[in-house]
Amino acid sequence: MVDLSVKIGDLTFQNPIQPASGAFSWEYNDVIDLNRLGALVAKTICREPRLGNPTPRMAETEAGIIQSIGLPGKGIDYFLENIVPEYAKFEPPLVVSVSSESAEDFAELARELSVPDVDVIECNISCPTRNTTGGNFAMQEDHTKMVMEGIRAATDKPVWAKLSPNAGDLVAVALAAEEAGADALVIANTFLSLKIRTDNFRPALGNKFGGMVSPALKPIVLRMVYQVAKEVNIPVIGVGGVTKAEDVVEYMLAGAHAVGIGYAGFRNPSALTTIIDDLETWCDERGIEKVTDLIGAVKDDDMEMDPLVAASHGV
Amino acid sequence: MNDLAPDRKYTNAAIPVGGVDPHPDKPSGEFITDVVSNDWVNDEYKLLVVRAAERALTAYAGQFYHLLCPSPDGAEVWMRRPMSIYKVDKAATCLEFLYKCEGRGTQGMATLAAGDKFNVAGPLGVGFSLDPAWKNIVVLGRGVGLATLAPLSQLAAENGVGVTAILSARKSNLVMSEDLFDELGATSITVVDEDGSSAVENVEKILEKLIADGKADAFFTCGSSRLLKLMQNLGKKYDVPGQVAMEQIMVCGIGACYVCMRTFEVNGEKTLKRVCREGPVFNMQEAVGW
Repeated sequence: MVDLSVKIGDLTFQNPIQPASGAFSWEYNDVIDLNRLGALVAKTICREPRLGNPTPRMAETEAGIIQSIGLPGKGIDYFLENIVPEYAKFEPPLVVSVSSESAEDFAELARELSVPDVDVIECNISCPTRNTTGGNFAMQEDHTKMVMEGIRAATDKPVWAKLSPNAGDLVAVALAAEEAGADALVIANTFLSLKIRTDNFRPALGNKFGGMVSPALKPIVLRMVYQVAKEVNIPVIGVGGVTKAEDVVEYMLAGAHAVGIGYAGFRNPSALTTIIDDLETWCDERGIEKVTDLIGAVKDDDMEMDPLVAASHGV
Repeated sequence: MNDLAPDRKYTNAAIPVGGVDPHPDKPSGEFITDVVSNDWVNDEYKLLVVRAAERALTAYAGQFYHLLCPSPDGAEVWMRRPMSIYKVDKAATCLEFLYKCEGRGTQGMATLAAGDKFNVAGPLGVGFSLDPAWKNIVVLGRGVGLATLAPLSQLAAENGVGVTAILSARKSNLVMSEDLFDELGATSITVVDEDGSSAVENVEKILEKLIADGKADAFFTCGSSRLLKLMQNLGKKYDVPGQVAMEQIMVCGIGACYVCMRTFEVNGEKTLKRVCREGPVFNMQEAVGW
């Protein structure tokens, strides 16, 4: 039987399937066995209690949903006292996601979150709907470097940088995060989107803009993961449009060590554990002994060109 | 070797009728049900009856299922649609949903035919509760809101609690579930827009009479913001406790995504609650309306 375990930094995960932050909470234990997941990923926490964005928070579109939640939560003190213990009841490593509008507070939050039950700090430097002015450091490489350096200095826990697909040069931002000491990169957050209702001419979401969540994002994010994984020396976690085991395989072939899943768990609450089962079967049917053999195994260095096309390229 | 085979578009480990249940102790699950029937009950409403695995039948009044509706138009229906349970028929191992064919989800549901498979997640949420001290309750429902209140009336009848059901609709032929409420021994009062009897002032008179007659130990409502307001006012004035079933657009249905928020006023402070997790049934006096 295939060995599904993957290492990200010094941490070993029993399989490469993780929930995407924001799309998951311990309440999923009502439906699935959380101990089967590669990791538990808590919803992004901020220092202060936040109600989040106005409703409606979700609208369907032709190719997926757009949503604008606004990082609701009861603040870091409540989180440490009440939410972390909920996750500590389960075995997989706990990834806590954190967001702030200032680099100093971000670092301080990371320090405060460095408690024994927390295994990884995911720095959500890319929430597209937090507000229009702050908190979205991952749009630019210099902002990314600054905030990640502060976080790196504040904690010994592994820190993962969650990057934005809305950045102009994602590879440059990824290299900046790596240089600042990130242990892994999570690619990507949601795509900034807009829907306008034609019946009343109003934006469909209470917050106007939303982040797009959809299987349609997979080829786009896969391309980003592929491009970044070629340039960095730290693991990449691919997040975008995974709905089946073959999508996990695709992300790993592109260079990802693991995947985060959001939409599929919304659509089918038992999707995450099913994808783990299916990935195991997929590997076993092909005699793959270690799932890590798939990482970066895309065969793209010997692509044959049509002789006529090659000639026109001067090859 | 065909990665694009349509049956591989999504994973699906939902539990079929007669299938092995990997988590018999969990409160909720994802189930593949078999459609038994899906018939029109009037011009606007249909009743869907599905056979389901045993654990899916544990729902109680006011809880909901999250339904993976087929598409009515060839385009994708991306998210599930929450729908309160209309009836749990344990003897027939069936769930029943009474719904108005309105949006894309319910229009898709309307296309289901006997023999089709239908994926439902649930039961979910916090439903109605009956205080043992209550001897008589009043349920007030508007339109499809009556579908949510019907199982409550059944629960009350089973516990020897008297039920007065005030059924409000636009037209008399759209009044839902009158027969069911009658079957349960409820006293039903129909009010409609076409003769003006559904006007708030008239419903108020009916409610005040029920309070005076000792028939209103608790209020229950669903489906109308103005009727909620009326019951809140009378509940405050005459000290009648109450519960309201709320609706909201949902994504996960489990409490993770925080999409289905509504405003509530608790101890004078406004707060947001998840309709899927803290509800869909709430303390009537805390609801703010919509």
